[in-house]
Amino acid sequence: MTEQRTIELKIKRQDSPNDPPRWEVFSVPYLPRANVITCLKQIQSNPVTKDGKETTPVVWDSNCLEEVCGACTMLVNGKVRQACSALVDQLEQPIVLEPMRKFPTVRDLVVDRSFMFESLKRVKAWIPIDGSYDLGAGPRMSERQQEIAYMLSRCMTCGCCVEACPQVNERSDFIGPAVISQVRLFNLHPTGEMNRWERLESLIDKDGISGCGGAQNCVKVCPKEIQLTESIAAMARETSKYQIRKIFHMD
Amino acid sequence: MSYMAKSEVIVVGGGLAGLAATMKLAELGIPVKLFSFVPVKRSHSVCAQGGINGAVNTKGEGDSPWVHFFDTVKGGDFLAHQPLCLSMCEDAPRIINLMDRMGVTFNRTNEGFIDFRRFGGTLFHRTAYAGATTGQQLLYALDEQVRRYEVEGLVEKFEFWEFLGSVLDEDGACRGITAMDLHSMEIRSFPADAVVLATGGPGLVYGRSTNSMVNNGSAAVAVYKQGAKYANGEFIQIHPTAIPGWDKHRLMSESARGEGGRVWVPKKKGDTRNPREIPEEERWYFLEEKYPRFGNLVPRDVAAKEIYHVCVDLEMGIDGENMVFLDLTHKSREELDRKLGGIMEIYEKFVGEDPREVPMRIFPAVHYSMGGLWVDYERDAEGRIVEGSPRNHMTNIPGLYAVGEVDYQYHGANRLGANSLLSCIYAGLITAPSIQTYLGGLSARAQEKPESLYAGFTQEWSTRFDEIRAMNGKINPYQLHQDLGDLMLSNVLIVRHNDRLEKTLEELDKMQALWFECGNLDGGTWANDSLRFMHHLWYMFELAKVITKGALLRNECRGAHYKPEFEISQPAGFKPDSYLRYTEKVTAPGFDGDETKLGFSPEELDYLRRFKAQNDEWLKTTIAQDRDGVPEITYEAIDTSLVPPRPRKYD
Ligand SMILES: Cc1cc2nc3c(=O)[nH]c(=O)nc-3n(C[C@H](O)[C@H](O)[C@H](O)COP(=O)(O)OP(=O)(O)OC[C@H]3O[C@@H](n4cnc5c(N)ncnc54)[C@H](O)[C@@H]3O)c2cc1C
Ligand code: SF4
Ligand code: SF4
Repeated sequence: MTEQRTIELKIKRQDSPNDPPRWEVFSVPYLPRANVITCLKQIQSNPVTKDGKETTPVVWDSNCLEEVCGACTMLVNGKVRQACSALVDQLEQPIVLEPMRKFPTVRDLVVDRSFMFESLKRVKAWIPIDGSYDLGAGPRMSERQQEIAYMLSRCMTCGCCVEACPQVNERSDFIGPAVISQVRLFNLHPTGEMNRWERLESLIDKDGISGCGGAQNCVKVCPKEIQLTESIAAMARETSKYQIRKIFHMD
Repeated sequence: MSYMAKSEVIVVGGGLAGLAATMKLAELGIPVKLFSFVPVKRSHSVCAQGGINGAVNTKGEGDSPWVHFFDTVKGGDFLAHQPLCLSMCEDAPRIINLMDRMGVTFNRTNEGFIDFRRFGGTLFHRTAYAGATTGQQLLYALDEQVRRYEVEGLVEKFEFWEFLGSVLDEDGACRGITAMDLHSMEIRSFPADAVVLATGGPGLVYGRSTNSMVNNGSAAVAVYKQGAKYANGEFIQIHPTAIPGWDKHRLMSESARGEGGRVWVPKKKGDTRNPREIPEEERWYFLEEKYPRFGNLVPRDVAAKEIYHVCVDLEMGIDGENMVFLDLTHKSREELDRKLGGIMEIYEKFVGEDPREVPMRIFPAVHYSMGGLWVDYERDAEGRIVEGSPRNHMTNIPGLYAVGEVDYQYHGANRLGANSLLSCIYAGLITAPSIQTYLGGLSARAQEKPESLYAGFTQEWSTRFDEIRAMNGKINPYQLHQDLGDLMLSNVLIVRHNDRLEKTLEELDKMQALWFECGNLDGGTWANDSLRFMHHLWYMFELAKVITKGALLRNECRGAHYKPEFEISQPAGFKPDSYLRYTEKVTAPGFDGDETKLGFSPEELDYLRRFKAQNDEWLKTTIAQDRDGVPEITYEAIDTSLVPPRPRKYD
């Protein structure tokens, strides 16, 4: 008889924001072409640790499982990424799962990323249209412009870049690369450009654009290959221009 | 009007439909509380890849909203109410313009206008798209507008909250909702003068589908249990080529077949050889063999049926599993990268194999629910929607509205590709002014209702969850869910047989009884997903019964509902329009009753008669209503006043 192949997972667990974290090790039957989410589901169907102790199913966040919603972001073997596209066959074992560290833990692998959504409010990350009535077509745009905008617009607020950025830490409120990149997106749009100063203004204080130390970690982890450092550089140039204009009351 | 000024509306669900409704309500100055399982930006709508339809005729093809309307109704096998479809198709170009103004990064033409492409089931360039993630881009644009209203104070979000049920007053009108905070598990009731459900499809009833994890249908079932009608549940769209996954099935675009992908299985059952080592003569290209003319390019439903037949009936799937090869390895890497780059990447990312080297493994998957909560509308004399009528998109519970995949309108018996994103946004937008009118006619506000009304519902739900919490049986609910999915997939999928459907209904009852032997896996009081899952599972059984019973009773083939026993085959060379001539003649005032003199051949006449008899009996909406856990099925007439129903040509 051949022994059944298994996958070993080591998971950092925490029952609530106020409970201390602990580690649990699980062993689940090997399934070909499985991803990390599948393993978590296997644990749900049989919530027992490797050494036979009954436990609660692991709690995690997910929705689309196609790497477009951003929900299932976590640390997989120390690297921040989406669990749905983390294939077991490509991972070293034990597979170590932890919640992201830069966001408050809710439970187990679930974190609270509302900071990012709040930041989107602060920078006015939208096109200020004059209502949804029929005002005809939108502004024309070149294919080249569309390509850049589309690249930026695929940001799914997953938080990988925030997790990787050394400037985001307990001592700073740095707004983080994703949101700065969103300012670039909206300032590029012919209508969005009309209130670009407002967005730049929101980036000026110390938590804004100057928080970036240029470590480039963010761009390496972005699953959508968004050129974050390019966005940050562009917005840094724009904000300095804007500050000079302000000094000379050019507006 | 003073009532309206102070009124408040609750929207549940922040996919395209919910966000469109929220934005428009806020624009009308009506404050909205927006509830969602997940942050709305992570809603299932992000999955849509293909695009959104609008007949703009920018390529001189003679396309028009009327043609789009006709395609929609015909695609749905005439089961859709036509007035809503017409108004939607007429509004489609405006909706695309609106989304464009909001900054959606639609692909462009050389001249900088929006580009349109062809998409499933149409000859026209009618589909606007944004890269390979149109749904995501549309959703983000609406999310951004709603965030703007959030900053202005008109929208308050309750994300990581679950809708449990509506609050009904003594007259049976909806006066708010009861919901649960998914982190603290607190249960609370919220007053509202109108409630909109925009909670998406129910894919999870089938275990695994192309749907997202939020799509468990629980919100629709909750109100069905409270008396709302559920319509056309048996119409479930299957996508022929999905990548089977243990966690979910992922769409594999049809362009893989379009670019020359060949579908096959090994001739030898259970052949475990590496597919590339299986010689050509030992491969069974079953689509090419059976359909020499179309080969692998047979229409969606035919492809799905044949693949299913080979795997399930003949048990010839790869490694004995429900999978067949979709093979592109005969194409050069260079060509594949150029034409199918995006698809190649998706497959590599989620399967970990290079489809340029190894044939892909695919199988049909549950994709979309045409059925959903029954909703009303009001039409004018010309067959368009009366804008602002309080009836538009209202369920049979006063004050409770439904929009998006959770409602049953627009798509009839089968949905046209790229029409769902449109119907979601359209429904969201038109429902807001309808609610405005409804609020104007209310004689008392929810806020004036006694506190005890809300406390009562909160108490009821708290008791329900306390009961579930105390369950200590031996059965694992997640395993029971897999069994439910397997049962539905084996019996209520592509090919349906009455004997099996009957057995499935019995089996569902037995399985649902096992629910009581489940154990609550988690005693925790914080972010307890298992507890909620037990609750969802019960509801999934309720919906499975609605789907199965509807399928059992509908004795015909229509759209996605296929029962070979009741198939009537078309005579060779049949022209659908002859049916119109036939019905015109047999219903003409002076007709003497002798059909043989009408100029049709005997085979034609036989078909025409049978088709007419089928339509006379079955061209109607299925309505399910809950009677203590048993769905009671009745039927309702459909408004087909704009284009008369006729056979579809199957080729
Ligand atoms: C892979 C895939 C590709 C597709 N491609 C296309 C395409 O190219 N073109 C097209 O037109 N259509 C396409 N469709 C269909 C289309 O994407 C969906 O029909 C549409 O997005 C549904 O949107 P919705 O607004 O109704 O709901 P969803 O986007 O499903 O959102 C549901 C919302 O309800 C919330 N919710 C649900 N239940 C509850 C509850 N009980 N309590 C609180 N909140 C709840 C969720 O959190 C979520 O916010 C595709 C579908 C799939 C699966
Ligand atoms: S480049 Fe800036 S934003 Fe990116 S990781 Fe480094 S410090 Fe953070
Ligand atoms: S920029 Fe990239 S890494 Fe950062 S949140 Fe967006 S998608 Fe995630």
